[in-house]
Amino acid sequence: MADSSPSNPAPQTDTASKALNVSSKEPKKTFALIGNPNCGKTTLFNSLTGMRQKVGNYPGVTVERKEGECFSQHGERFRIIDLPGSYSLNAHSPDEATLRDVLLGRRKDTVRPDVTICVVDASNLERNLYLTTQVLELGLPAILVLNMVDVAKERGFRIDIEALEQSLGIPVVTCQAHHGIGVTELKIAMSRTDISVSKFKTTYSEAWNLIWDQATQKLSAAGVLHGVGSPDRLEALYLLTDHDPTHYGLSKEELAVVKEVRANLDTQKPQWEETLAPARYEAIQVVCDVAVHPPDEYQASLTDSLDSVLLHWFWGWVSLAVIMIGMFSLIFSYAEVPMGWIEGCFSWLADRVRGMMGPGELRDLIIDGALEGVSGVLVFLPQILILFFFIGIMEGSGYMARVAFIMDRLMSRVGLNGKSFIPLLSSYACAVPGILATRTVESPRDRLLTILVAPLTSCSARLPVYLLMIATLIPSDRLSTPIKVGFMLGLYALGTLGVFFFAYIFNRLLFKKEEVFPMILELPSYKWPTWKSLALYMWERAWMFIRRAGTIILAISILLWFLLSYPKQPDAASPAEQMANSYGGMAGKTIEPVLKPLGYNWKIGIGVIASFAAREVFVSTMAIIYNVEEGEDEEMVRLQLRDQFQEDTWPDGEPVFTTLTCLSLLVFYVFAMQCVSTLAVTKRETQSWKWPIFQFVYMSITAYLAAWIVFQGGQWLGFH
Amino acid sequence: MENLTKLSELKVGERAVISSFLPGDNSLIRLREMGLIPGSQVQLVRKAPMGDPIEIAIRGSLLSIRSHEAERIEVQIKKN
Repeated sequence: MADSSPSNPAPQTDTASKALNVSSKEPKKTFALIGNPNCGKTTLFNSLTGMRQKVGNYPGVTVERKEGECFSQHGERFRIIDLPGSYSLNAHSPDEATLRDVLLGRRKDTVRPDVTICVVDASNLERNLYLTTQVLELGLPAILVLNMVDVAKERGFRIDIEALEQSLGIPVVTCQAHHGIGVTELKIAMSRTDISVSKFKTTYSEAWNLIWDQATQKLSAAGVLHGVGSPDRLEALYLLTDHDPTHYGLSKEELAVVKEVRANLDTQKPQWEETLAPARYEAIQVVCDVAVHPPDEYQASLTDSLDSVLLHWFWGWVSLAVIMIGMFSLIFSYAEVPMGWIEGCFSWLADRVRGMMGPGELRDLIIDGALEGVSGVLVFLPQILILFFFIGIMEGSGYMARVAFIMDRLMSRVGLNGKSFIPLLSSYACAVPGILATRTVESPRDRLLTILVAPLTSCSARLPVYLLMIATLIPSDRLSTPIKVGFMLGLYALGTLGVFFFAYIFNRLLFKKEEVFPMILELPSYKWPTWKSLALYMWERAWMFIRRAGTIILAISILLWFLLSYPKQPDAASPAEQMANSYGGMAGKTIEPVLKPLGYNWKIGIGVIASFAAREVFVSTMAIIYNVEEGEDEEMVRLQLRDQFQEDTWPDGEPVFTTLTCLSLLVFYVFAMQCVSTLAVTKRETQSWKWPIFQFVYMSITAYLAAWIVFQGGQWLGFH
Repeated sequence: MENLTKLSELKVGERAVISSFLPGDNSLIRLREMGLIPGSQVQLVRKAPMGDPIEIAIRGSLLSIRSHEAERIEVQIKKN
């Protein structure tokens, strides 16, 4: 392969860096990373910016906005925006509309980038150049990054870099972002001051050019074309080909004009839109004919041999099951060691506080309220990290798309599509990122459906409750881990069944029979996930969880401690009596009649109420209510609670935690909507209060009914 | 014409050339943008374990689409 940066005189970069020293605070130039999904764009973004990145949202829309900074070889500061991945500027989703609007300079909150960095998968150049050439025509200086050149070479492609540079008229850099190769070369190219605007142009028929110009004039006259710096003709074209069902980025008035002009075009030249792609591919073919030499014979790759197993009609299911079972087994066995460390830290902290402070209400507040509550939740951090480790690997390696491929048939039966599987799977860790991940589902109908059912997946916040109740149900000294794992899988299966059941129902009842949105899924080549991206991914998710433990859960723990410790009963005979007469105890007793048919006493009632803020609070609440001592360092809160549970009795001496009560409680937690964060994110993602309220109501009713059936039905059948 | 069939009717491993799209709405636009245009070569790589969707190789990439869409694409089978 030829030299990647042929004409890069060093003096120029020197002047650039000198010029920068004058103004050092604000980054001088803004670069935008653009590319197809799976082209390695995010990996490149991570290697360029490292930890210097901010992840947020574009105002008013649920599209992730990633921005970072990097320094050139000469210390020059660059701002880098990682734009949403897309196959075309003809938007089909809000993500793609955002990409289009940023590049057209239509967004007031985001500056139009100074330079575009177009990242392409070298092993799939033709298809990748579709978006790239659309971007090149917009008139912005551009750098082409040929990523995954190693994969292309392996497949027998020879790419003539010089010919590619000449035919496109822009600098081309080769790169293997996954191995960190080529990043320095890219930075050098970014420092160049002479980055040119490509001369690439698609040629269309004269007839089309004529009516296109007329349409542009109409849109321009109506004031629809207000993008800064972009050619009017192209802005007009990409607004006319907008297929985003939400029409994000277009005001009502603008949309009306666009629709009118479009209708006019349809009568003038029916199927005008269908000729656009072939014309562009024809122009791309000219470039590829000189620059790309495909292999004479197709060379079977690693991806082919892996897929022949992983997508096999029989072995495909087996491998999916093995991966899932492996993941959950790891979560339940290996996580215990670091969980012990976290607990140890908190007991040590409690001991320190005890040593430093005399007995009193403040000490109780810190030890019994705050520390107890937060440690009961943070202890699950290792399990959450393992889960996101797996999801991160599946996403980074390309296996996640295969999962969607295998699952699509099943998902489509209930009105979902294979792409919903990824958000749903993420929801097993936490419904919040899961619901955020529904942004990749293009069809708004499928997306809403996915959001509505996502909280039914057994998220990691349910895990503490499951673990506690399973430990109560099956004391570990009698039965071994496989039975517990089996039980756990059963609970996950029940939640999954709920997802399918409600998706089916809602699909029938909530939506009009619309045209089914086509499901197009790319199956990218397999690759090793990079540790850096994986670590960043896990860190982002873990931080979300820690922040929750430090805020919502801390506040609730302290509030609960207060409710359960006051009013003080000076003449209380025992701690239990003190609690029974506290505010919390009174509230629990008030709702006991409602919960008794489910087999719960007032103590469980308090736990259930407290869980409506966040499910994992159940464990810490129960720890406070059952007054679990945390003096013994190694003793798990869970195991102590289990013992406390087994001793608890109804007033008539019957044990409270019978098999049926445990099962009823488990079933309740599978279905109940007990998470303010999820409701908040549903509100944000659907831009309406209607859907979070709906979610809350249908899930709570289901939980109550299901738990009632388990408890009452079980008793009727003669169990207890 | 001989050997004219639908993309959804191809057998696993069979190669074909796209001849036309059935007229209809714009839902196939994205497929065109991803390289499925008249004249391009396509191969049915495999079907999903449950028969649908199908996996096709087009311009060096592997795509998965549902039979529902594949039914609307006419292809000419290549003999080899």
